[in-house]
Amino acid sequence: MPLLALSSIHKRYGSNLVLNDVSLDVETGEVVAVIGRSGSGKTTLLRCINGLETVDEGSIVFDGKPLPPGGSELRELRRHIGIVFQSLNLFPHHSVERNITLGPTTTNKLPLLEARKIALDVLREVDLEDKLHAYPSQLSGGQQQRVAIARALAMRPRLMLFDEITSALDPELVGEVVKVLERLATSGMTMVLVTHEMGFARRTADTLVFMHHGRVWEKGPPRELFAAPKTPELESFVRAVLEPND
Amino acid sequence: MKYVFQFGIVWDHLPQLLAGAWLTIRLSLGAFALGFVIAMLLAFLRTAGPRPFRAGIGAYVEFIRNTPFLVQLFIIYFSLPAIGIRFEATTAALLGMSLNFSGYATEIVRSGIEAVPRSQIEAGYSLGFTRLQIFRHIIVFPALRTVYPALASQFVLLMLGSSIVAAISAEELTAITNTLQSTTFRAFEFYFVATGLYLLMAVGARLLLHAIYWAVFERARPGEWGWSR
Repeated sequence: MPLLALSSIHKRYGSNLVLNDVSLDVETGEVVAVIGRSGSGKTTLLRCINGLETVDEGSIVFDGKPLPPGGSELRELRRHIGIVFQSLNLFPHHSVERNITLGPTTTNKLPLLEARKIALDVLREVDLEDKLHAYPSQLSGGQQQRVAIARALAMRPRLMLFDEITSALDPELVGEVVKVLERLATSGMTMVLVTHEMGFARRTADTLVFMHHGRVWEKGPPRELFAAPKTPELESFVRAVLEPND
Repeated sequence: MKYVFQFGIVWDHLPQLLAGAWLTIRLSLGAFALGFVIAMLLAFLRTAGPRPFRAGIGAYVEFIRNTPFLVQLFIIYFSLPAIGIRFEATTAALLGMSLNFSGYATEIVRSGIEAVPRSQIEAGYSLGFTRLQIFRHIIVFPALRTVYPALASQFVLLMLGSSIVAAISAEELTAITNTLQSTTFRAFEFYFVATGLYLLMAVGARLLLHAIYWAVFERARPGEWGWSR
């Protein structure tokens, strides 16, 4: 049974069909990279998975249970699904440590001491244990995204979602974040990433999903898709991202 | 000019004036505390509460902000007794000031809440937080930091506006001054000194508020923190 099963999802904003019959299974431990032009529905898809957006038709099943529409059941489910956004959104008035312990103590009801141990653990995973007492404004964008990853990991999620988390960063900061993602993938974390880092997608993803006009246009192992796109849309997209100056 | 200034008589009545000023301070602080708690509650419900609440709170805020404070005070002190609700003058003054302040403060706090980026709130939802937990852990502090200057100004306005409660003879600084000048016929001297006392209190309040801002928002949580959207 897949950990996450999306079947035939439709999502409209007014008359605009943003997601058109999207189906996707994600197995435990699988790393799925979602690529596509802006406006192709990638981010919306990701936001539907943890209930930040509702779907108009279709079903989302996580761990055998359909995604609840809201309330305490949805909150319960969100404990198991971590998400890191494109925008830097650590809580600016909390230290790095508090940013990380807030979720475990508030939602998972852990004692503060235990949450602090977890904070240190997850900060080690992103190589930032020395920033425990820093404030977000004292960190670079890359460090902030790594703390955001640590904050999500502290909930001990079973699925991690990443929404273009390197897109807002200066180019020289992308590498350190990608390194953390690769390590996470190697550790066996189930991940769905919306990304523009094609090199990363090719190296790390088990499955590549190319979205176009709200549809899953092509899907398969990244090497195959990059080497031999079946559709002209993916072919032109691959050409555009690999040789951006053409 | 024939008028001979006699400040000596003011000096003789200084204890009464200071007692009045003390009541002004207590009323202002009390109304601030009470009004602020009401405002936080209303601002939360206005932004995150059920729809009927939002409309009701909007109506309350507009009522407070679009009717004279003096009339609001008269309603509490003179109208409510007609339906059996009676307050002493000081209590009525405190209540009126609190409600009046809460109306303005609700709008101020709400603007601070709405300045918190949506992405911060979504980060809270994604951690499995309830609306109240998001408000408490994510919204309150940055929102108050944003609107602190506006709130501080509103506090000074509250303190100065408290002179209006003299109209229902709550024995604060203005009421005491009114009484003293009318019994001594030394209007210039008494109002002059009362003005000085108000000025001192207002400037003192501003300095104190500034120190509080520094201690709460700058010393405790360092760094520039603009929002990234």
